[in-house]
Amino acid sequence: MSDYNFAYLDEQTKRMIRRAILKALAIPGYQVPFASREMPMPYGWGTGGVQVSAACLTPGDTFKVIDQGADDTTNAVSIRKFFEKTAGVATTEETARASIIQTRHRIPEEPLTEDQILVYQVPIPEPLRFLEPSEVETRKMHSLEEYGLMHVKLYEDISQHGAIATAYAYPVKVEGRYVMDPSPIPKFDNPKLRMAAIQLFGAGREQRIYALPPYCEVVSLDFEDHPFEATRADHDCDLCGASDSYLDEVIMDDAGGRMFVCSDTDYCRSRRAAGHVGAQGAPYEEGRP
Amino acid sequence: MYVAVKGGERAIDNAHAWLAEERRGDPAVTELSVAQIREQLSIAVNRVMAEGSLYDPDLAALAIKQARGDLIEAIFLIRAYRTTLPRFGASLPVDTGAMRCDRRISATFKDAPGGQVLGPTFDYTHRLLDFKLAAEGETPHAPTATPTPGPTPHIMGYLDCEGLIQQEPESDSTPPDLTREPMELPADRALRLQALTRGDEGFILSLAYSTQRGYARNHAFVGELRIGAVAVEMGIPELGFAIEIGEVVLTECETVNQFKGSKTEPPQFTRGYGLVFGQTERKAIAMALVDRALRWKELGEEDQGAPAQDEEFVLMHADNIQATGFLEHIKLPHYVDFQSELELVRKLRREAEGFATQEAAE
Repeated sequence: MSDYNFAYLDEQTKRMIRRAILKALAIPGYQVPFASREMPMPYGWGTGGVQVSAACLTPGDTFKVIDQGADDTTNAVSIRKFFEKTAGVATTEETARASIIQTRHRIPEEPLTEDQILVYQVPIPEPLRFLEPSEVETRKMHSLEEYGLMHVKLYEDISQHGAIATAYAYPVKVEGRYVMDPSPIPKFDNPKLRMAAIQLFGAGREQRIYALPPYCEVVSLDFEDHPFEATRADHDCDLCGASDSYLDEVIMDDAGGRMFVCSDTDYCRSRRAAGHVGAQGAPYEEGRP
Repeated sequence: MYVAVKGGERAIDNAHAWLAEERRGDPAVTELSVAQIREQLSIAVNRVMAEGSLYDPDLAALAIKQARGDLIEAIFLIRAYRTTLPRFGASLPVDTGAMRCDRRISATFKDAPGGQVLGPTFDYTHRLLDFKLAAEGETPHAPTATPTPGPTPHIMGYLDCEGLIQQEPESDSTPPDLTREPMELPADRALRLQALTRGDEGFILSLAYSTQRGYARNHAFVGELRIGAVAVEMGIPELGFAIEIGEVVLTECETVNQFKGSKTEPPQFTRGYGLVFGQTERKAIAMALVDRALRWKELGEEDQGAPAQDEEFVLMHADNIQATGFLEHIKLPHYVDFQSELELVRKLRREAEGFATQEAAE
């Protein structure tokens, strides 16, 4: 891959993306249009996140990629390999050691620090899209701060189901101004959106970048009598015993047997390495799953 | 004990190795050369160049070979390569009036200066499988004639002289470039045409067909369809003049459409325009019809709510690389989101059941 520039994109393109990132950080939650490039992986597979990561990476960085919280899911492996090849940067699975973390659908359990950047892959950046299909209209609604439609939708959920029927990509309001889609993270992760690290959101196909600067105010939309509630499966992790992490449900047999395990594989591994054992876990051994 | 699904990396490598083997097929059968694809599957090569937005028959043929004949995959390879290429500058607008036409037909006039030239077309062939091609064929030879000297003027020009066709506003402004700027809506016509010419042939075809069937119907005559080579010239600042840097084959289609007139315009004909790389006439005609349908606003026509009139709908969904990527991404794991939906549905059901039991008790 030596024919390609560091981190694949040419310097002019990276500069264009960095400008969009800076603008996005200056107007938290606002979707900045950018001239997204065709990447050598398909749209919808993280091209927005990859372009943002490419624009942020320096040779001294340590890069981590997760998908569904796991480092070893196929697309996470593919993206990590891409940057190993095109940027030659160090990679890690340890959350604390990474300077840039690209993620799809999760925020790591371990709190991030001011030295880290979290890059999200975003499929549909527009929180109002499924209420109003037209981009021309939704941009107008954002500029006029016209979010009544969203509140009506949440209200209709409550009147129909008794609760807000959004489990992931739960809309938030940023610094009291823009309603933002946090990407399809489970709403369990929403409270973590206020954090020390810089959060960058890249939507390649939709040509949008948006951002949350450190410690920026992020409020999940709700009503006084129906407050937002971060939910998770009512279990402990069967491998490491964690009661505070987001869990995946794994089907074990045809008889409906199942177990619950941490979706954040690094979190689970480090807890087991520290001696925690869940109901179905074996004592941790280095190099074994 | 649960063993986490590990080894994604090795699985990917093995899948790619298997793919390479499948691509080659039975090794007892001679391998297909890029030159064979370029010469003998040239319509496929043209489509890949047009939708890949890169005029290079050799690279397009290579992409088709690598993609095992999946043209959208081949277009994707070309696009991903194209985006890495540096830009030296922009060519001057090509002069399709000076095209060396292989094919030039008009459906609106029986004859015109320059004549009707059928060229290498499937039209009027009977679609019967030619089993002779299954055997080693002889090299076919077509009769030749001396080409008509001089340029072939655009047939639309004759309507223009009479003022029967709508005048296009002249502009020297640089057209927007959707490969370098994010698409902004509403789009001007130059941007729309740019999106249509690299848009998916099937999508543009179906949209065009829908206008013919009554969804924003605007009966189109093919005023002229021409296919041939045009020179590409580039202005060199150091020299102070333009030099020819090569030539490209283009298909150009101009349609003549009905227009009854509006408050501001007298009755006259209107235009639709299609211009596509290579011999790609289905695409060029379809593009012209969709272009015309999208012009309803500037012509003061009624919004019929038809898909082909909806600029945002057309432009945001015409690109097959965007479409196929997003469509196929649902193969990726979504178990985190699915898990949260599972919890939600279970919770809602518990609450609904509790409510029903309570009602029954009352």
